[in-house]
Amino acid sequence: MSDNAENVKAPKESLFSKKNKKLITEPLGDNNPITIQVLGICSALAITVQVEQAFWMSVSVIFVMIFGNLIISLLRNLIPSRVRIIVQLVVVASLVIIVNELLQAFVPDVSEKLSVFVGLIITNCIIMGRFEAFAMSNKPFPSILDAIGNALGYAWILIVVALAREVFGSGKIWGFEIFGSNIPDEETGQMTGLYELGYMNNNMMILPPMALIVVGIIIWVQRSKNKELVEEH
Amino acid sequence: MESTLDIFVKAIFSENMIFAYFLGMCSYLAVSKTVKTGVGLGAAVIFVLGITVPINYLLENYVLKEGALEWLNEAYGKGGENTIDLSFLSFIMFIAVIASMVQLVEMLVEKFAPALYGALGIFLPLIAVNCSILGGALFMQDRQYSTILDATAFGIGSGIGWFLAIVAIAAIREKIRYSNVPPALRGLGITFIITGLMGIAFMSFMGIKYGGDKKEKAEVVKTSQVINDQIQE
Repeated sequence: MSDNAENVKAPKESLFSKKNKKLITEPLGDNNPITIQVLGICSALAITVQVEQAFWMSVSVIFVMIFGNLIISLLRNLIPSRVRIIVQLVVVASLVIIVNELLQAFVPDVSEKLSVFVGLIITNCIIMGRFEAFAMSNKPFPSILDAIGNALGYAWILIVVALAREVFGSGKIWGFEIFGSNIPDEETGQMTGLYELGYMNNNMMILPPMALIVVGIIIWVQRSKNKELVEEH
Repeated sequence: MESTLDIFVKAIFSENMIFAYFLGMCSYLAVSKTVKTGVGLGAAVIFVLGITVPINYLLENYVLKEGALEWLNEAYGKGGENTIDLSFLSFIMFIAVIASMVQLVEMLVEKFAPALYGALGIFLPLIAVNCSILGGALFMQDRQYSTILDATAFGIGSGIGWFLAIVAIAAIREKIRYSNVPPALRGLGITFIITGLMGIAFMSFMGIKYGGDKKEKAEVVKTSQVINDQIQE
């Protein structure tokens, strides 16, 4: 994180210089907010039962992060450092209220399923973490890029976990049955697709603890690929 | 209706903040390296949840809820001429209450209980952005507890549940240092997986039968009979 900050301070760079590109690409891989920085897990895991919820959650987080980072970055010289946490909380809370109202207006059933977890974006550590580590000390444009990178890094983990859980847990993607229907037909009493052959959904994937285990496996894969990320203990 | 004791026990075990909702995971993962710090943060969480949930309950019921301002003027009440619904403000109000309460508690503890401050001191500021505190407030709002006593029981119960979780994982992490974990899983990865397994273990608490009134019990018996019949068929 600290070397990012140094990079961006370099004078007069083009709009999409290598350093700026790095701001977007790094959080997607080797500096992922969830698997490497361990931020923002609180609200991430509970809503990964279905891809649809995970998608809307990601969209909300992307929105809040981009505007939050932009606002904080514009205000960075005006905020006294003693009250900065409160200022940051107020900015996020206002943005989250907007998101919540929009979700309730346009996708009411998703909003109902997400219930309290939209509100919990306020205390999502990624957002506060990026405000603190990046937006408070950088210009608006790099801050936006940083927000996009980190929010996308968060989003792809969320969607991969949701995909794994929805496919294996309920045999669906976005509510669409991919393995056929496991509810017996009223007339024939037959199930369709794979279920006819005896395939069964793994109900365990729907249980909350499996989200943690799936993320654990993603971490495992990622760290086996890149040995530098391995922790001592 | 659930009794206060039911709410309390439920909040500790079957609706544990960490294992059922993953709230407060960021600090849970970051501060669980040793049991000592785990106990400190856990105690601080119990303390702050026990204070902020009742306060937010009062706020919710006398200011924010639709028609809650009836005590000011009858016209503002539900069904009055000018019904006021401030619930869209709840995020920002809750987080403001939490941030200021944490600050206040910190000052009070420092002044009147220096020994406690020595133990909790460094953890209190961390707590303002702990998802479990805001989560407690939002769940309280979502579940519409009928009395302030129930809300307090829920707050303290959730705090104790969080405390149990962090102390348990800290103890396991202290021991696991001597085990031969695959390198890529060391640290974060194995912690995720252990938390998942602990979550599965905690799910067994879902079987606890909470006493309700007789009507509900009769329904439970009825549904279990229906299930039995289905199995036999």
